[in-house]
Amino acid sequence: MIETVSATATVADGFTPLLVDFPFERNYVESIIRVSLYVSLTAVLISTLVSLPVAMLVGFSEFPGKGFVVALINTGMGFPSVVVGLVVLFAVSNQGPLGTFDLVFTKEAMIISQFVLATPVITGVSLAAVTSVEEGVRDAAYAMGGTRVDVALVTIKEARYGIVTGVLAGLGRAISEVGSVLIVGGNIAGADGTSVTRTLTTAIQLEARQGRFELALILGAVLLALVLLINAIVLRLGGGRV
Amino acid sequence: MIQRRELLVATAGGATAALAGCTGDDGGENAEILDETLTLTTTTSTYDTGLLDEVNAAFEKRYGVDVEAVAQGTGAALETGRAGDSDVVMVHARSLEDEFTREGYGVNRRDLMFNDFVVVGPEDDPAGIDGMDEVTEAFQAIADAEATFVSRGDNSGTHAKELAIWDEAGVEPGGEWYRETGSGMGEVLNQATQTPAYTLADRGTYLSQRSELDVSIRVEGPIEGGPELLANPYGIVAVNPGVHEDVNYDLAMSYIGFLTSRRGQGIIEEYTVEGEQLFFPEAVSEEPNFQQYVPEEWTSDEG
Repeated sequence: MIETVSATATVADGFTPLLVDFPFERNYVESIIRVSLYVSLTAVLISTLVSLPVAMLVGFSEFPGKGFVVALINTGMGFPSVVVGLVVLFAVSNQGPLGTFDLVFTKEAMIISQFVLATPVITGVSLAAVTSVEEGVRDAAYAMGGTRVDVALVTIKEARYGIVTGVLAGLGRAISEVGSVLIVGGNIAGADGTSVTRTLTTAIQLEARQGRFELALILGAVLLALVLLINAIVLRLGGGRV
Repeated sequence: MIQRRELLVATAGGATAALAGCTGDDGGENAEILDETLTLTTTTSTYDTGLLDEVNAAFEKRYGVDVEAVAQGTGAALETGRAGDSDVVMVHARSLEDEFTREGYGVNRRDLMFNDFVVVGPEDDPAGIDGMDEVTEAFQAIADAEATFVSRGDNSGTHAKELAIWDEAGVEPGGEWYRETGSGMGEVLNQATQTPAYTLADRGTYLSQRSELDVSIRVEGPIEGGPELLANPYGIVAVNPGVHEDVNYDLAMSYIGFLTSRRGQGIIEEYTVEGEQLFFPEAVSEEPNFQQYVPEEWTSDEG
């Protein structure tokens, strides 16, 4: 407990001197961080909820074409984010199949595209993790009278470090991509400097476009620190064994 | 056709009256328009210069609505309007705007403001174009010297203007010295500094980034007495609610009305970066200017 407090204090100390001559409005940067976290964490949460059952299902059953499905998942890890952005844009655009929901240039559209990007990563890594759980463990769970759900839970527990790695990789993919959120989100900030759909990555892109490379680098450092912080928290929760 | 128009006017009048009644009852505080969102697609130049934040803040304050500005470049901004994903479009390529209105996607186009383009280039001026009066001559000289030229290459208003100048100069740009980048104005100015190279830039973006750049103006635009070919007029046009029923047309027209009002034009006039005025308002005039509402060279014979 004491450790946690001191860790927070260190983070605060680390930021304070930065904020003194920070070249951005505080509200601007904070709202951008909020949007980045909200979009990416939501997308990764949904991805995880979808990925785990899929990984379990594919991992534990034998069916014709399984190799193809696995190949498909692994290919999905390499989807270019710009292409995903375009496809999602066509889907949510006024003319598209989801046009009635008015999603274009919203955080929800960004969540959709990051979901598409993160899901194959989380599924792929989780799949590798659950299939590498020794058969003996599963058999033992069955032998002890476990139901299918019990066996699945035991397997997830055994594979948890691999799964956490997959989730973190998915989050890394989501929070650091710029191509799709720029297209479907539109990089919007209000006239008062509050971000609507501007994330750290699109803000970096905007500063770089205007030749303000130093500002872009500072935002890049903020992004890096944020990802580091999330990883540290997850590692701590996971007992530091990942 | 005329009858239908009259009917529309009558309906619109009735709706306005009804709306006025409503807001009257609410004392204006619960007016429906509050908290609505207007989506504006526009060019990077209006956004990157900081002008939009200035006018949008004033508009938001007056109307209690949010303006979501998406900076895309003229071609993409109009395309987003075509898909009905934005309510109003502010761009700077008259020929593309005309196409947009001719196709029925845009209505009620207005002239908004202007600035001009300038040709910028490196200090040593390898093509020797400094101070030329005609931009076509300058472009010919760049092509003859095969001096590196960075093109936007992104179907933006600036790109359209650049292609028009090459055309006018009778040069087909190509070869090693001509680089299409597909990037925004700011990125292209950075590349021109890094390369070093010539490029065509809108004065607003150039001025707002000048402190970061090593290229300077080689051929002036009409604001500083340069050729008229380098004029850079901005127009604003609402997306046609007849084509896309979901667009927020009345708010779009409020926005156009605000920007073309004395107040809105005053904000544009007073907006400066490093002491220099970037945009010159041209919407308020005593003289009639019918050409702004219709495609250029449009005649009533076309129906």
